[in-house]
Amino acid sequence: MPEKQLGPGGNTAVVASDNERLRSPEKLSMLNGCLVVLNGLVLIGLAVVGAQERHFQRKAPKMNISLLSVGMAVDPTALDPGATAWMLAASALVLLMTPGLAFFYGGLVRMKSVLNIMMMSFGAMGVVAVVWALWGYGLAFGPDTMAGLVGDPFANPGLSGLTSSIGGKAPGLPDMVFIGFQATFAIITVALISGAVAERVRFGPWLLFAALWVTLVYAPIAHWVWGGGLFGATGIVGSKISALDFAGGTVVHMNAGIAGLMLAVVLGKRLGFMKDPNIRPHNLPFVMLGAGLLWFGWFGFNAGSELAADATAGLAWTNTLLATSAALLGWLLVERLRDGHATSLGAASGAVAGLVAVTPACGFVDPVGAILIGVVAGVLCALAVGLKFRIGLDDSLDVVAVHFVGGLWGTLSLGFFAVPSAKTEGGLFYGGGLAQFWPQFLTAVIVTAWSAIMTTLIGYAIHKTMGMRVTEASERNGIDVTEHAETAYELLMVGGTFHPGEHHAKAAPGGADPAADIPAELPAGVPAASQGDRGKVRT
Amino acid sequence: MKLITAIVRPEKVETVRAALEGFGVSGMTVSQASGYGQQRGHVEVYRGTEYSSDLLPKVRVEVLVTEDAMDGVMAAIEAGASTGRFGDGKIWTVSVSDAVRVRTGERGVSAID
Repeated sequence: MPEKQLGPGGNTAVVASDNERLRSPEKLSMLNGCLVVLNGLVLIGLAVVGAQERHFQRKAPKMNISLLSVGMAVDPTALDPGATAWMLAASALVLLMTPGLAFFYGGLVRMKSVLNIMMMSFGAMGVVAVVWALWGYGLAFGPDTMAGLVGDPFANPGLSGLTSSIGGKAPGLPDMVFIGFQATFAIITVALISGAVAERVRFGPWLLFAALWVTLVYAPIAHWVWGGGLFGATGIVGSKISALDFAGGTVVHMNAGIAGLMLAVVLGKRLGFMKDPNIRPHNLPFVMLGAGLLWFGWFGFNAGSELAADATAGLAWTNTLLATSAALLGWLLVERLRDGHATSLGAASGAVAGLVAVTPACGFVDPVGAILIGVVAGVLCALAVGLKFRIGLDDSLDVVAVHFVGGLWGTLSLGFFAVPSAKTEGGLFYGGGLAQFWPQFLTAVIVTAWSAIMTTLIGYAIHKTMGMRVTEASERNGIDVTEHAETAYELLMVGGTFHPGEHHAKAAPGGADPAADIPAELPAGVPAASQGDRGKVRT
Repeated sequence: MKLITAIVRPEKVETVRAALEGFGVSGMTVSQASGYGQQRGHVEVYRGTEYSSDLLPKVRVEVLVTEDAMDGVMAAIEAGASTGRFGDGKIWTVSVSDAVRVRTGERGVSAID
């Protein structure tokens, strides 16, 4: 190594890595000059950091002292910048799951319904966030009322009084960050339901359903499990048994899964279900894209549920990776053995099944436990997707098989795989016997029952008064055109007319269907264009 | 020999096929088509501006038959495709002077048996 001889003193390593250009003394001195400048920059940087630290200590002395003195109680109202920064990012990650779900579902429907199913997710983003701010958050996380059934929505109406408070829900975390984070959970839970009733729901009634459902089903259950209600330490149920749900296996996934099932029962199956071979996924790359976005966002969902940037968040993050990977393999294994091929749809579905199952468990199990939970979830959900054909129930995009079954398994899996901690004696395989299993089971039963009954009531109420389904003609011609006056794909690119700058005043409301056949009472032989119902001369 | 061409509703292709199989027709050519007659297309709206398309998705079914079979096959397609509403489609025939079964080289009527 002749170059090493050229290298002066402590900079040998740098010189060795750049040896070809260091043959002449001038270049060498240039390099030394650069290094001096670099060293200077580093020193200045260190000085700035040091100054900031001193500034920070002045601003928030309590927190730094408590961080330094182990065992001393942390003042929860002192800002924790690390946790806050992480939770802001995690909340955005969780919100991205809903557009991701829109793509996942969008690829699974026929091409004449892709915009409608994506709009059901985007519609949930619109309605649920506003409801959450006005009364949803108060119902879910406000002070206990009605014996722990819900929180008090009048304590902080419209989130008043919470805009600058810190530590109300998690130490060092501004309450607005917690509120925003939880809003994204409510949004995705409502959006998940849409998959069970895809391709047949009127858009307006769906938005009403979203508002009622998040108020009467999601908010109470979130209050029981996370808001200190029924299942809280002092709640009617929680004071006797203590169930674990890290990130929402019951609140989000079992809840959405059973709600989807009941809404599919209320609304009935699509035309041609189990008869028409064209009812099948139209764009699997969309499904893969959606699964990828869901997985990415789920790191915020699961690791963010720690509400802090700490070791448990790291455990939840890694378990979210491992269970999902294992479930992907589990689903593919079932397909390879049963059907002969490992499919892309199987990989995407297996990943989602693993994400669902590890949701309640991610902060309470070890990595090997997460892998086992994942592989069982992949196999179980792959077997469960066939059930809808056995019972003739049109759970269109397998919300029940993936979210209810996956969520149930994840919830119960804590009875087997929970690692002993302050919160649990541990699962069956970790020396705790069945002590953790029965609380998990009972919680699952209560959540399922509430969601099933309330969803059925809401669904029937809307369906019998407003009508929640589109007409048969709309369903046949395509719900994208009849509900939204759009099509996702222009395949022909010929013909047609348009009127730039003229607003569309005659948009057929509520699924009245310009493409439908002329009503029987009109005289035969009169062309549709001359009926005057659209008022425009066609050429 | 006759070539029967039928333009039918996409959702009626299966019943047309079943009707033809019931009549003993063992093959057909099916292609996607667009067009309009008395039934017209739909209106779409993008950022408030209306776009309309007169063209509707249809399916074209084509069958080569002998002259004796023509009336029966047309009736079978009609029965399979009819809903009694605008947009049910059309059926027409043209005479065909010759045909070849590529695999065997058979000509004329024996090529379409």
